Amino acid sequence: MKFSFTDEQNMFRETVRELFADRCPPDAVRQSWDNDDGRVPGLWAALAEMGVLAVLAPEAAGGLGMNEVDLVRILEEAGYAGVPEPLVEHVAVAVPALAEAGHAALEAAIAGDSTITLNLSGEVIVGAAADAVVHRHGDTLQLVTEWQADEAASIDQSRRLGVLTDITAADPLDGADPDLAFDRAALGTAAQCIGVARRLLEATVEYVAERHQFGKPVGSYQAVKHHLANVKIALDFAAPLVYRAAWSVAHDDDPAARGRDVSMAKAQASEAVDLAARQALQCHGAIGYTFEYDLQLWLKRAWTLAAAHGDVRFHRDRVAAAIGI
Amino acid sequence: MNLDLAPQYVAFRDECRQWLTDNHPGRIGSMDTAIGFEEHRAWEKVLFDAGWSVPAWPSVYGGCDCDLIEWLIYEEEYWLSGVPGRVSANGVSLLAPTIFNFGTQEQQDFFLPRMASGEHIWAQGWSEPEAGSDLAGIKTKAILDGDDFILNGQKTWCSRGAFADWIFCIVRTDPEAERHQGLTYLLVPAETPGMERRPIGRLDGEPGFAELFFDDARVSAEHVLGGVGQGWAVAMAAAGSERGLSLRSPGRFMAAAERLRALAANVTDLDPRLRDEVVDAWIKAQAYRWNTYQMAADLMEGDEIGPEASEGKVFWSELDLELHATALRLMGPMGEVAHAGNDWLDGYVFALSGPIYAGTNEIQRNIVAERVLGLPRR
Repeated sequence: MKFSFTDEQNMFRETVRELFADRCPPDAVRQSWDNDDGRVPGLWAALAEMGVLAVLAPEAAGGLGMNEVDLVRILEEAGYAGVPEPLVEHVAVAVPALAEAGHAALEAAIAGDSTITLNLSGEVIVGAAADAVVHRHGDTLQLVTEWQADEAASIDQSRRLGVLTDITAADPLDGADPDLAFDRAALGTAAQCIGVARRLLEATVEYVAERHQFGKPVGSYQAVKHHLANVKIALDFAAPLVYRAAWSVAHDDDPAARGRDVSMAKAQASEAVDLAARQALQCHGAIGYTFEYDLQLWLKRAWTLAAAHGDVRFHRDRVAAAIGI
Repeated sequence: MNLDLAPQYVAFRDECRQWLTDNHPGRIGSMDTAIGFEEHRAWEKVLFDAGWSVPAWPSVYGGCDCDLIEWLIYEEEYWLSGVPGRVSANGVSLLAPTIFNFGTQEQQDFFLPRMASGEHIWAQGWSEPEAGSDLAGIKTKAILDGDDFILNGQKTWCSRGAFADWIFCIVRTDPEAERHQGLTYLLVPAETPGMERRPIGRLDGEPGFAELFFDDARVSAEHVLGGVGQGWAVAMAAAGSERGLSLRSPGRFMAAAERLRALAANVTDLDPRLRDEVVDAWIKAQAYRWNTYQMAADLMEGDEIGPEASEGKVFWSELDLELHATALRLMGPMGEVAHAGNDWLDGYVFALSGPIYAGTNEIQRNIVAERVLGLPRR
């Protein structure tokens, strides 16, 4: 029993954090909104170069042969940076599904030559400019390579949405488990929620220490302190559930236990990021409510990710069923 | 990361569970009544004789040298088994770490084995009428006279103070010094002449705590812990224990969450809103568990618990209330009925004190904001 990350895992995380800080600052995120494909130029290739896209691909297929415990804090960093790429969809779900199905599209996916997104539980897909979609079809997964979709605008400009209207070409992904794919998507999204919440809290702590009213920093007022202490507490008790769920996805062969752990993680991470967003906005005051100020990047990510791949209610229901009430 | 329990830990868990099953004393009285207090003391002795009263302590003082993981497992099994609570908790959780850190060899040899066996049950004498959250405002005076200190003043809200054998106090040994200076940590025998104790009825009427009046009470200077004038630093080391995992291990809340789950599972036509509350509380107990295992991994690497212990104190005290309040709601009109089988009601009354004792949750949130997040003090 040792509930901590290794030095290697921490170093990998640090390297990815630096990459995002360098290649994906808020200005780059904003520029991506005006691009045709909604992407940050060069970022995907840099992630491929660093091995991030190949974390969950087996070594025999040219991947890193790592697992969700290795991946979880990297996805947290993607949330922290506000990365507008379908990273969870591609790295945490599509890559291992292609590997498990032995599909030839894996090679391009880990090389960064393609981007694959998801459609597991509805019609809306994120990262609409993707090359393929891992799609749930009954109790199976398939790789959709040709489809029609209507564009849809998300409140979060970093999420290019499409509403799937027709599928014209798809390969079966035999051997890939759609329930596992969903748990991976929920876990990856929970990890991003933790990163988003960290960023919101950091930005707010910084702001309230600088902003003065009545001759002193607003962060010295107890009402503000307690809001932010509550965010810190929610975050620090949600994150361990996310790491614990990563272990379950990587190591637990029992789908019921895995689903329970993932749902506990996503429920708490969704609540934490929702609280972080509300208090971040409140403690910033009017400046946080503007389009120009960068806080909005993480506010909107908080709202959308809290609901993506199962909101609090959905995951709470799943835990209830798992524990027999 | 490795969340599998190694075989020796699995065996340890089995051993704990078996012993607790075989030695369960059944229902005994409340530890905050004269009879129940002695019944709890007898239970402490049963634990001690089998080596289970202070498993994390060195064997020389009655423990079995458990590592942190074993101790967490022991706590999980202890609370799950439903055996009585620990009347020795104030001493074992709050004072003992301070004695291990600051006590002389003589103090360690004298106090620790007696604490482990239940011969000495300890109460905390920190708060005063004018020094609650503002602990540095302590006024009780202790003036050196030969080999003794002469104490004058008043302590209050001493949990277990009505029946305890010893009280660990903070007193002002230098009346000229201000605030955090001039304080001394002093161990006071309950039978000290000149010290009078008056039990205070808790919400449920039981004498759960007491006030202490010192009127030229004479206490040997041998019972100073950690040096005259060092009281604040010594006390703050214990405050970390009080807020941190040694006072409230996750096992306690996991066991309550499990009982709550079982209670809800037996309700027919469970209101979905109540079911949501049960699930939320159950998840939070798991969150507390994994947060603690994360902290345990850091501690085993040599880290110390810092101000983040305050996060845990807010979390567990509010979780405890949530668990018990939800159970009472599940029981509907029967929730208020006090009978021997309604442990939830006693637990609820106790849980209500959680956000107040050991530093109110408002103070804890200030600590999180100022010392964890780094917000300006003023």
